[in-house]
Amino acid sequence: MSLELKNVEKKVGIDTHIHPTSLKLEKNTINVLLGSTLAGKTTLMQLMAGLDKPTSGEIWFDGKNVTGMKVQKRNCSMVYQQFINYPNYTVYENIASPLAITGVKDDEIKQRVGKVAELLKLSAMLNKKPDELSGGQQQRTALARALVKDSDLILLDEPLANLDFKLREELREELPKLFEDRDCIVVYATTEPSDALMIGGNTATLLEGKVIQYGKTLEVYNKPENLISAKVFSDPPMNIAEITKRGDNCKFTDNDVQWKSSAKIKDGTYKIGIRPHNITTYKEGNNSVEINGKVQISELSGSESLIHFTNGNLSWVSLSNGTQQKNVGEDTKLYMNTDEFLYFDHNNRLVNNG
Amino acid sequence: MNKTINQKAWYFVIPVFVLVAFNAAIPLMTVVNYSFQETFGNNVFAWEGTRWFKQILLSERFHASLGRQFAFTFIILLIQIPLGIAIALTMPKKGWGVPVCLILMSMPLLIPWNVVGAMWNIFALPDIGFLGYTLNSVGFDYNFTQQPGDAWFTTILMDVWHWTSLVVLLSYAGLNSIQPAYYQAAEIDGASRWATFRYIELPKMKKVLTLAILLRFMDSFMIYTEPFVLTGGGPGNTTAFLSIDLVKMALGQFDLGPAAAMSLIYFFIVLLVCWVFYNLMMKNEAQS
Repeated sequence: MSLELKNVEKKVGIDTHIHPTSLKLEKNTINVLLGSTLAGKTTLMQLMAGLDKPTSGEIWFDGKNVTGMKVQKRNCSMVYQQFINYPNYTVYENIASPLAITGVKDDEIKQRVGKVAELLKLSAMLNKKPDELSGGQQQRTALARALVKDSDLILLDEPLANLDFKLREELREELPKLFEDRDCIVVYATTEPSDALMIGGNTATLLEGKVIQYGKTLEVYNKPENLISAKVFSDPPMNIAEITKRGDNCKFTDNDVQWKSSAKIKDGTYKIGIRPHNITTYKEGNNSVEINGKVQISELSGSESLIHFTNGNLSWVSLSNGTQQKNVGEDTKLYMNTDEFLYFDHNNRLVNNG
Repeated sequence: MNKTINQKAWYFVIPVFVLVAFNAAIPLMTVVNYSFQETFGNNVFAWEGTRWFKQILLSERFHASLGRQFAFTFIILLIQIPLGIAIALTMPKKGWGVPVCLILMSMPLLIPWNVVGAMWNIFALPDIGFLGYTLNSVGFDYNFTQQPGDAWFTTILMDVWHWTSLVVLLSYAGLNSIQPAYYQAAEIDGASRWATFRYIELPKMKKVLTLAILLRFMDSFMIYTEPFVLTGGGPGNTTAFLSIDLVKMALGQFDLGPAAAMSLIYFFIVLLVCWVFYNLMMKNEAQS
């Protein structure tokens, strides 16, 4: 069982929402579609589900061409960013609804709903209506509706985006476990790189209706094929600068900071990408290099500190552990872990990852 | 926290207080005043107690006009609410059709009530009106000025034409507030069109529909201008709804006492029905 998009393209009027895309998703995998708003995640999912028809290209499922086949005839379910439940059904009736429509016997419905409700911690709320529940419980109900059906394809469209931080963390941890023993393909759309890392599986990075890279999540993260994929998979945004390499010696074009690189690449000019957490207020790794910065913004995010700083023409972000408050305008020393630098050639392709 | 005491703020309330007094309280009290007394003009009053109330409540004339009023309101609600929802469902959701439909729908609502009455009067005249003439020429014996059934038919048709738009606009707003994801979820579940309407659209429209029914109830229950211009309450008294009957009594016969008592009863009926209706709706709301 696999879901395969073959050169799928979607145009609406003169706008291209999805550029020709080929993608093969295998059975028993969780696949993250990672990209900012309007990157085409939802459109791609709707094409996968059959809620929308591609302008050209084919969609194959389980060795069969399903292009243009209606969503009702495919065995798929979808969870949305908004908590979508039938408003005047109880939680039980909501979860049972996809089964009841397909004519499953009452006994079986009862048993399956009970099982899913337990999995999603909804057993105590089966007789309540959706608007009596908290946001997290409403989304759990929607998830239960998607799971109860034993779909071949489960699509999750930013399911955690409307939840508050604590609930999001809780559900995010549970999600991968929910799909562990299921014979299905899960697609999970999100704007947050941290979601992708936490969920694991495979990740496709998307930008402006194009799939930039698809592969194992950690591989996409550690070895982005190109600068765009690296940028999509980096939050806070990746720091980028131009460098020249001569022998072992590397130097920024914009300042005098130098370091020794073991990267096996030719001499010349490159772009490097530095993830914010590789610039810290303390030394990390064996090959860290000092850089001076003028603090522009200093903010705390949980137990981490974000420091936006400038150095000459460079305007960068650093992410350090611990709470470290700096004053705006202050000169500070930061350390870059040069082992983690990503080198890109003039075509923005990754040439070496440190 | 310490509160500073400054009673001067009361001065700001005075204008509103005066306005409301002149607007509502004083006229209402005048009516109350009339309803308990007998007057022959010249500001001479005689105390009558609850006599007028008893007289009205026992009068067959009042029973008849109240019955007509309930029948009329019931019929127009029965037509306008489903029709309004049906039209709203068929209206386009995007494109150039939206403004066209919205403007067309708002037109009847913008026409002054007496003009609506006059329009329909001429439109329905059996000899020269388009509607009346057409109906007669295709074989119907139609004459709203002489046949009670025809008068009712015309009055209801006029009200449906005039006010269904309000239900349409409210329902349309309700429908448009439903996120597309709901329809997709229903589609994925394989729900039928009817199930989508019954379990998604209708529950999501509940609040605006409550409002629509309440507004249409109150408006139709107090209807005066349009039937007054169209039929004048006739033929006979067959379309004399409560307000028309009330004006006849007060200004036609100058029975100020009974008329005042009747307006108070009328007022309480409207208030009571609205209260009951609103509570029923809100009770359901709390349950779901």
